[in-house]
Amino acid sequence: MSDAITLTGLYKTAESRGKTQSLRALVSSIRRYMSPVALVCLWQVACSLGVLSTRLVASPIQIVVTGWTLVHDGTLPFNLGVSLLRAGSGLGVAITLGVVLALISGLSRIGEDVVDAPLQVLRTLPALALVPLFILWFGIGETPKILLVALGATFPIYLNLHKGIRSIDPKLVEMASTLGLSRWQTIRDVFLPGALPDFLTGLRYAVGVSWLMLVVAEQVNAESGIGHMMMDAQDFLRTDIILVGLLVYGVLGLISDQIVRFLESTLLAWRPDGRKGRKA
Amino acid sequence: MTSTHSYSEADPGTAVIVEQLTRRFNNGPPVLNRLDLAIAPGEFVALLGHSGSGKSTLLRTLAGLDPVTDGAVTRPRKVSVVFQEHRLLPWKRVWKNIVLGQEDKGIRQRAETVLEEVGLSHRSNAWPLTLSGGEAQRAALARALVREPAFLMLDEPFAALDALTRLKMQKLVADLWKKHGCAVLLVTHDVDEALLLADRAVVLERGRIRVDVPITIPRPRRHADPGFEGLRSLLLDALGVHTA
Repeated sequence: MSDAITLTGLYKTAESRGKTQSLRALVSSIRRYMSPVALVCLWQVACSLGVLSTRLVASPIQIVVTGWTLVHDGTLPFNLGVSLLRAGSGLGVAITLGVVLALISGLSRIGEDVVDAPLQVLRTLPALALVPLFILWFGIGETPKILLVALGATFPIYLNLHKGIRSIDPKLVEMASTLGLSRWQTIRDVFLPGALPDFLTGLRYAVGVSWLMLVVAEQVNAESGIGHMMMDAQDFLRTDIILVGLLVYGVLGLISDQIVRFLESTLLAWRPDGRKGRKA
Repeated sequence: MTSTHSYSEADPGTAVIVEQLTRRFNNGPPVLNRLDLAIAPGEFVALLGHSGSGKSTLLRTLAGLDPVTDGAVTRPRKVSVVFQEHRLLPWKRVWKNIVLGQEDKGIRQRAETVLEEVGLSHRSNAWPLTLSGGEAQRAALARALVREPAFLMLDEPFAALDALTRLKMQKLVADLWKKHGCAVLLVTHDVDEALLLADRAVVLERGRIRVDVPITIPRPRRHADPGFEGLRSLLLDALGVHTA
């Protein structure tokens, strides 16, 4: 008898549990945002009271005001455009180069011997150490900046795509051959789509690396771009502008990551839900 | 990949002929040892044998996946293979898998027709990873049939399926064979499956044919047919399983 009573008791609470759970989720999400918001408030208070010198760090309100001014006088949009163009071109070069190299080394043994070994050696070099050499070779125009981005972003694309191509199930390739698919059809229908998940993982890394390389390239030697805007502000002790630049970099990183995630969920729709959008 | 001097493709409708086929791997003992086998057009042959008896090597050679190095193989130009695993591309919808590699206009219609035949038209737009084992194997069968092969090779196609699904698939294969009339080579471990489906059972042992018997029981056959008993013990005996 007591079992039956316990069970009905459970059923009753099960109904109301839905509400309690959603409330709990709301509270926990508020709690997650509470501490960053509190920190920003504390930062503002410290600046207003003069505890934090604006020479060291600008106040949050000042950053918002400066950001607004920079947008209005066209400084931020111009510099952002320049930076985006550099990152975009560099990434474009990296994708082209990475895909071609990965195809060469992924699809033939000879190609692997020729391409893979030097790339594995180059990969271990920190790309940023090449900045002085790049300035010597390519001067201080757009070329070294774009190439620096391309250099950094090529490796994650190449390495992941190469791994993806190599790990294609040989049984699928065999099947393609019994169906009479040509070499090109096999590459298009079997190798490329099969390696796409790994390519997208590589792309996400590559995007992150692009921003990193761009920051350095623009701060070392540039007349425009977000990095230049920040370096310029340094000369005039404008911590507010520097912080606006940092904020922009952060937002750019977030947006590009979201774009790659979106690509993953659309292009990899064939995967069962559990494996979709795996964390990199 | 194939050495053409000893490997010819006959006109459609010609039987499969294997003559003195020998195959070794890395100079080891021969996996196939001067093997002779002929399959008539429209004939259903079941190939039995233990693991390592050369069944798979023979099938792979006939499928063109393994080169003919010693001996000669004649086969129709249009052949299809169904493997134990469905081998569908997970990134292509079922119907696109069926007509993979075919690029003319009527492919969608052909895919739908053959999916209807194997009873899978409702999953035409599904992703392969959402199919059950039986459904995936039906799709693999559809992919083989859409090419209208004169010779169909089945490499233990039901081995990974549960017992009930396997019975349904055996019935499906029997029906499809009756309809299409292609020559079939079924590689299997299952003596009952061979007796249910084939015109002839061939037992392979160490790369040579040990037993080659016709199965003359009238169709449609049922698993419990008493006429199977003599043949079953004969085949099991050849496979080294002594029932008596």
